[in-house]
Amino acid sequence: MLNSLLIALSITLMYSAPLTLAAIGGVISERSGVVNIGIEGMMSLGALTGAVVGYFSHSAWLGLMCAGLAGGALALLHAIASISFRADQTVSGIAINLIGPGFAMFLSRYFFEGASVTYPVPEKLPKFINFSYLKGTPFANFNIDVSVVLAFMVVVVTWFVLYKTKWGLRIRALGEHPAAVDTLGVSVYRSRYACVIISGILAGIGGGTVTLAVISQFNPMAISGQGFIALAAVIFGKWKPWGAYAACLLFGFSQALVVMLGDGTVRIPSTILSMIPYVLTIFILIIFVGRSSAPRASGVPYEKGAR
Amino acid sequence: MTKNIIKFLKTNFMCTFIAVFLGFMVACAILLITGYSPSLSMAVMFNAVFSRAKFIVNVIIKSTPIILTGLSVTLAFKSGLFNMGAEGQFIVSTIVAAILGIKCNFHPFIQIPMILCAGVLAGAFMGGIVGWLKAKYGIHEVITSIMFNWIALYMCNFVANSETFHKPESDGTFPINRSGQTLLFYDWKFSQEGRDYLQAHPILNDIILKTDFNLNFLIAVAMAILVWVIIYKTKKGYEFRASGLNPDAAQNAGIDVTKNIFYTMLISGALSGLAGVLSLTGSSTPVLHVLSVFENYGFNGLSVALIAGASPVGCIFAGLMFSALIYAGQTLQSKIGTPSDIVNIMIGTIVFFVALVRIIPIWVNRYLQKEERKNAQ
Repeated sequence: MLNSLLIALSITLMYSAPLTLAAIGGVISERSGVVNIGIEGMMSLGALTGAVVGYFSHSAWLGLMCAGLAGGALALLHAIASISFRADQTVSGIAINLIGPGFAMFLSRYFFEGASVTYPVPEKLPKFINFSYLKGTPFANFNIDVSVVLAFMVVVVTWFVLYKTKWGLRIRALGEHPAAVDTLGVSVYRSRYACVIISGILAGIGGGTVTLAVISQFNPMAISGQGFIALAAVIFGKWKPWGAYAACLLFGFSQALVVMLGDGTVRIPSTILSMIPYVLTIFILIIFVGRSSAPRASGVPYEKGAR
Repeated sequence: MTKNIIKFLKTNFMCTFIAVFLGFMVACAILLITGYSPSLSMAVMFNAVFSRAKFIVNVIIKSTPIILTGLSVTLAFKSGLFNMGAEGQFIVSTIVAAILGIKCNFHPFIQIPMILCAGVLAGAFMGGIVGWLKAKYGIHEVITSIMFNWIALYMCNFVANSETFHKPESDGTFPINRSGQTLLFYDWKFSQEGRDYLQAHPILNDIILKTDFNLNFLIAVAMAILVWVIIYKTKKGYEFRASGLNPDAAQNAGIDVTKNIFYTMLISGALSGLAGVLSLTGSSTPVLHVLSVFENYGFNGLSVALIAGASPVGCIFAGLMFSALIYAGQTLQSKIGTPSDIVNIMIGTIVFFVALVRIIPIWVNRYLQKEERKNAQ
């Protein structure tokens, strides 16, 4: 019993870490008033960059940093379109979702002689807690990736910055009433640029943790929809860091259920089990969440002097 | 003169054209940087689409489902909804169509309409749930759509793997019965008479024998016109557009916005459903495959709708272009080894520039105003 509980906890945390990082990125961007539907694309490019840099440099940490940079670079494109060019943010985000995975696959084939799967990284991210030396006890299977700790720290820091600092107040105000922030002498454009790029960096790191901590290589299915699930978590969590974190933990937990129930003890087809996270989300949304209210100015391009 | 040219720049057509052109340029630049030859790649892509009648017909046939999903997304766009669930609606429709197509075997005059109706209804049902959840509980349609896409994917795998439908030693189900297929001349082209006739007419041979020749494309064109009529010529369509442009004003004018959300998603889902069922019945291998990732018919519809600027008739052309690019991308990889993913980058860049070029009319207007002021002085 204790054994299964600990395994479930490990799996939950492992799966939720990349989602959390990406979802917090989404929270930051949307609170500043820019809808970021392109998380999926940023995660994909991050995942590829992490795997490639990790493979060639033999350093998982360097890979993770470059993954963040790659996500940030893609986010810069989104920022230019949606802030400077006042483009439709959803359209731009969808474009990012096409460019990101496309570019990731292109680069994978470019670096690995036409293969859509990269070679495994020689060194994965270290474990934060590892009890594998306690062989024979239930704790032997319990371990926590360093990405889990990283994700948790990002949640705490984001919460603190958003709700306890001057910058956070500004960011939240940007998403509700940018003109008011502008009259106080804060540059709306510059602040939104910063938030979108940070959001991309977090999404990139999230993608990087998939290839550097969960699986050790990039393949076309490495991300497959996790960015969208992170997006769902943002809305699910009502655009709040802790809410988004809780949503990601729920996704992670239902993923753990799939893994644990799929070991053959329960006679349910794996395809039905795999639906659990998605069905669960819809029901929870119906029962608990209801009308979710996005930041008021989210998705509206800011035009200086417009009424 | 220059004024007219500048005014021409701000037309929708020109903006889209500029976006497509820039998309090609960026793709060429990426090819150049990574050491592939852009001119050779473009030539290969052009040949892959236009060099033989077979290729052109294939592009047209393959464009049918994405035109329809594009229309589905367009209709939802018009009433301010974002139908990301076209993918799931598409899949559910193929599931229902496959089950009926395998289990029933009536005369084609009954079988085909039955399968089509069932597929359309399945798609409408899926879209309807999303609309209902949004109207009744206020749950964002994008989240529910994403969740239903995955549920549909696993449902498809459940059916494709089930004992009743799974064809041993394959990655899918048994094919649907011949009576449910919408292929034209299918029996004739493999008969002795048909072979002899086609042998004598090489171009027809190319078009009919070498492709999954069907007339589904015409259905897609008819649907594009129908969607245009619904949106611009009917009372419901007016309500849809009003709800999309300003829900509060529409509500004040006596339009039931929540009800319209449901209806829009219902019709939108039906269109994606039609795409799904036609892609199954119009294929010479009409089986339900086990899916490891999405086949992207719905997501491609999203791009088609965006490139078309949410114009129903534009969807036809955007769908054809999209289909040609995908088709050319496959040839590119097999012929000269350039990664086919360059096509995805290209499409993404085009969509990106479609978002950017919306600023051109603003610039043009500003420029024209400046000129006017200068002339007045």
